[in-house]
Amino acid sequence: MNSPREWWAWGAGATAVLGLALLPLWLQNDYVLSLLISVLMYSVLATAWALFSGPTRYISLATVAFFGVGAYTTAVLGEVLPWAGVLAVALLLGVVMALLVGLATLRLSGVYFVIFSFGLAELTKQLVTWYEVNITKEIGRYVFVDITQQHIYWQLLGLLALVLALRALIQRTRLGLALRVIGEDETVAVHVGINTTVVKVVLFAASSAFITVTGAVMAPRWTYIDPSIAFAPVISFQTLIMALLGGPAALLGPLLGAAPLVLLFEFLSASFPNHFSILLGLVFMVIVYLVPNGLVSLLRRKGGRP
Amino acid sequence: MHADTKRFWLKHAAVAAMVACGLPLAQAQDAPKSVRIGWAIAKTGPNAGGTATTVTPNYEMWVKEINAAGGLMLKAYGKRVPIEVVEYDDRSSSEEAVRATERLMTQDKVDFVLPPWGTANNLAVGPTYEKHKYPLLAVNSVTDKAPDLVKRWKHAFFFLGTGTQYAEALVSYLEEAKKAGKIGDKIAMVNIADGFGVELANAARKAAAKHGFTLVYDKSYPIGTQDMTPILNEVKGKGADTFIAFSYPPDTFLITDQSKVLGLNPKVMFLGVGSQFPMYKQKFGASAEGIMGPGGVDFDSPAIKDYFQRHVASSKQEPDRFASTVQYAALQVLQQAIEKVGKIDRAAVTNEIRTGSFDTILGPVKLENQLFNNLWWVGQWQNGEFYGVAPSAKKGAKPALLPKPAWKN
Amino acid sequence: MNFLDVLLAGATLGGLYGLVAMGLTLQYGVARIMNLSYGEFLIAPAFLTYVLVSQFGLSPLWVLVLAIPLGFAVQWLVYQLLLTPLVRRTGAGPALEVDSILATFGLLFVVQGAMLVVFGGNYYSYEYLSVPIHVLGSTVAANRLLVLVVAVLVGGGLYALLTRTRMGTVVRAVSVAPRFAQLVGINVRQTSALAFGMGGALVAVSGVLVSMFLPFSASMGTMFAMKALIVVIMGGVGNLMGCLMAGLLLGFAETLVASFVDPGLTLAVNFGLFLLVLLFRPTGLFGKAAR
Repeated sequence: MNSPREWWAWGAGATAVLGLALLPLWLQNDYVLSLLISVLMYSVLATAWALFSGPTRYISLATVAFFGVGAYTTAVLGEVLPWAGVLAVALLLGVVMALLVGLATLRLSGVYFVIFSFGLAELTKQLVTWYEVNITKEIGRYVFVDITQQHIYWQLLGLLALVLALRALIQRTRLGLALRVIGEDETVAVHVGINTTVVKVVLFAASSAFITVTGAVMAPRWTYIDPSIAFAPVISFQTLIMALLGGPAALLGPLLGAAPLVLLFEFLSASFPNHFSILLGLVFMVIVYLVPNGLVSLLRRKGGRP
Repeated sequence: MHADTKRFWLKHAAVAAMVACGLPLAQAQDAPKSVRIGWAIAKTGPNAGGTATTVTPNYEMWVKEINAAGGLMLKAYGKRVPIEVVEYDDRSSSEEAVRATERLMTQDKVDFVLPPWGTANNLAVGPTYEKHKYPLLAVNSVTDKAPDLVKRWKHAFFFLGTGTQYAEALVSYLEEAKKAGKIGDKIAMVNIADGFGVELANAARKAAAKHGFTLVYDKSYPIGTQDMTPILNEVKGKGADTFIAFSYPPDTFLITDQSKVLGLNPKVMFLGVGSQFPMYKQKFGASAEGIMGPGGVDFDSPAIKDYFQRHVASSKQEPDRFASTVQYAALQVLQQAIEKVGKIDRAAVTNEIRTGSFDTILGPVKLENQLFNNLWWVGQWQNGEFYGVAPSAKKGAKPALLPKPAWKN
Repeated sequence: MNFLDVLLAGATLGGLYGLVAMGLTLQYGVARIMNLSYGEFLIAPAFLTYVLVSQFGLSPLWVLVLAIPLGFAVQWLVYQLLLTPLVRRTGAGPALEVDSILATFGLLFVVQGAMLVVFGGNYYSYEYLSVPIHVLGSTVAANRLLVLVVAVLVGGGLYALLTRTRMGTVVRAVSVAPRFAQLVGINVRQTSALAFGMGGALVAVSGVLVSMFLPFSASMGTMFAMKALIVVIMGGVGNLMGCLMAGLLLGFAETLVASFVDPGLTLAVNFGLFLLVLLFRPTGLFGKAAR
């Protein structure tokens, strides 16, 4: 199974990660670093999103539910637990929540699942809001944790490497095969004896765990979080759009969506602060009409397989 | 040789002349082409409404007026230097606000940065200002944490007070009215489940207990509520003389409108952000008479009248009567601090803001411990203008209209 | 708060939710386009009304009449010009879902951006029919009652149109079985465009009505779109009566919770109710089969 080509791919990936890890040591520019953090954040989110949604074709808008829970974990426990402990709790919370949600929801399909996942994120936001207002009596939380921008960068990079490696490994296993069958036709999958529920729930949990930890890692950047910040629906939408534009089925598709789009957002909002929305919308539409199968398809030779 | 010597003497004579005129030669050559001011504010997203009402018109008018006068007077160079603006859209997101601020400071290397609208985003960019030693003139930000934050952030200045100050001023005013036998001791209170609303409600709860009031209704409602009928009907049934709603613009409009329809007309009606907006006056007109809210203006002051006229001329809209005047005064503070220092020296300018006193449209402004405290805490619509009524000892304070007159149609 | 108060408040709010969602259920149910820019086409007529009312002194009721052909034309054109290429390309297969999400997401930004350029980020509001109507000792605002009346009339009217007329049968055929509809000589694309346009007329009407009593700003469209999506899914895609029922259910739930439990939980209860309905009926209250 381990063809030389595959070894090359792993080697190249490891080298790229190592190179990127060394970048902040040489780079002494806060702005570029924070831009890279944003690129990494959406790369992790989009790749983690595609981990589940790519093969199963379930379009989830619940991203920010998990992201927000992660951010709140840091806000609540950041000054109580050591950092590794915070991340571990976030991971655990993400998995537990995903298992609960997954078991309940994966019998939904199509647009019903899309809107369900959106409702889930909003419900989480409303409950956290209500809890903060009525129980803690403070809506905002201050995050004063000793985490530097470089640490955030490295942690996100680590997450990205992990989630990419996991996706690459899954594609080679029986799980990956099962997933592809589910994506093609769920009825067929059931008939050939795949326990679709278990497969989907496991994957959903893995995907959500990454998203939750990303939220925990990002929280120290903002000093102050409240439910509207931590559970902003725009995070779900941007993640989804990036993954879809890049091409969620391919390993590197979400990356190809996330990195250029974050840079595009930045370029547009900096160069045309008053016409950002219009230009962004036009760019989206141009991409949809001119690049039907995601940006990843541009990189493929004609006739290449997905 | 001879020519060189002559030129030498000429040059020195010129220098001497310039020094005599107070123009050091070297510095005159170094005068910057422009003073670069950056801002990253919400042009899109949920914060765009507040930004468009209070922030953008003031930032733009301030720059326009300074440049029309030739620029900021930098006395170190003996000349006026125009302002050049670098602006970004933070899309109402904390993450974008932080990054845009970093971009302004480290990439564009602007001389000063003006902050976004909203408590959360001001707090989000706080550490960045502190790290790069830029003065933060936080106007659209109300937090009880301000006195603590300024200990942590030496470059932060808070201009709009704390939730406790508003609540305390309101409730102690109510206590006077109660003692005068004008109102009873029952208060019905609602608040929006967001930073500003929760903070003020917390403070009001404490103040109510302290001043001998009973809260007969005390609930929050979520952002995006589109019908206040159930809440208002409940409030109506409680028979409280005072109704307080710590609300945001869309719900402030909704509460007013629906109270009018449902015939809820308590003796005191205090609403949150939005009750001071020009659109509020335009929509409710005479019905707004007697409505109270945080903020207020001394509309009899010529400086304020003049400011209103310039604002309308500049942005085709009236300023709001809460944060707008304070926003503009904060910009005047920055302008005067820069001009007093006379050059772009952020440490000196920050120090000047901290210690100096300034002449603004609000009268003399002097910060105490990096906080501005000389504000209107309670305002009220009277004859088509939103006057400051508390603190009642403040110059220009109007006696409050009590009870609130009936709704007009 | 007495029983009648709750009934009136719940019905007017629910009528609003139902009405706002009806256009979307037509668009998604028949044309199979998940139109994320739906909310922008609600806010745009609201701005139009504001301008016509405050600048030209027109009555909002005239704008309401005007909104029907205008809204139809705009959305019909959107379908013909922007969405037909996607439908053609994907053969109305599963890729259409993804493509239409992306395309209408782009459209959302364009329309919202245009409104921001013209009107800025400010809130807008004007007074119309904000007068009390007394019903058996309870009070309701005339403009909110109007929404309920329009919702019931439109819901009932369209329902009759869809179930009693030939055109309605064609539309339903496309909604239920687009591939078979083609076989019996129905022009699926034109029918889809028609349904999309009808959805446009409906959303324009709700935009005009909303402007009468809710303050609005250029950024508020997405909020309405998401609420409409919730109602559409809860009622069962493509089902107008389901839409109205789901809207009313949410309106009553919200009013009851606000009156008797805690107004802070209204939206939580709404979303909770929505999730519960889907857990027990995965295709919504009146949905037939999974799509």
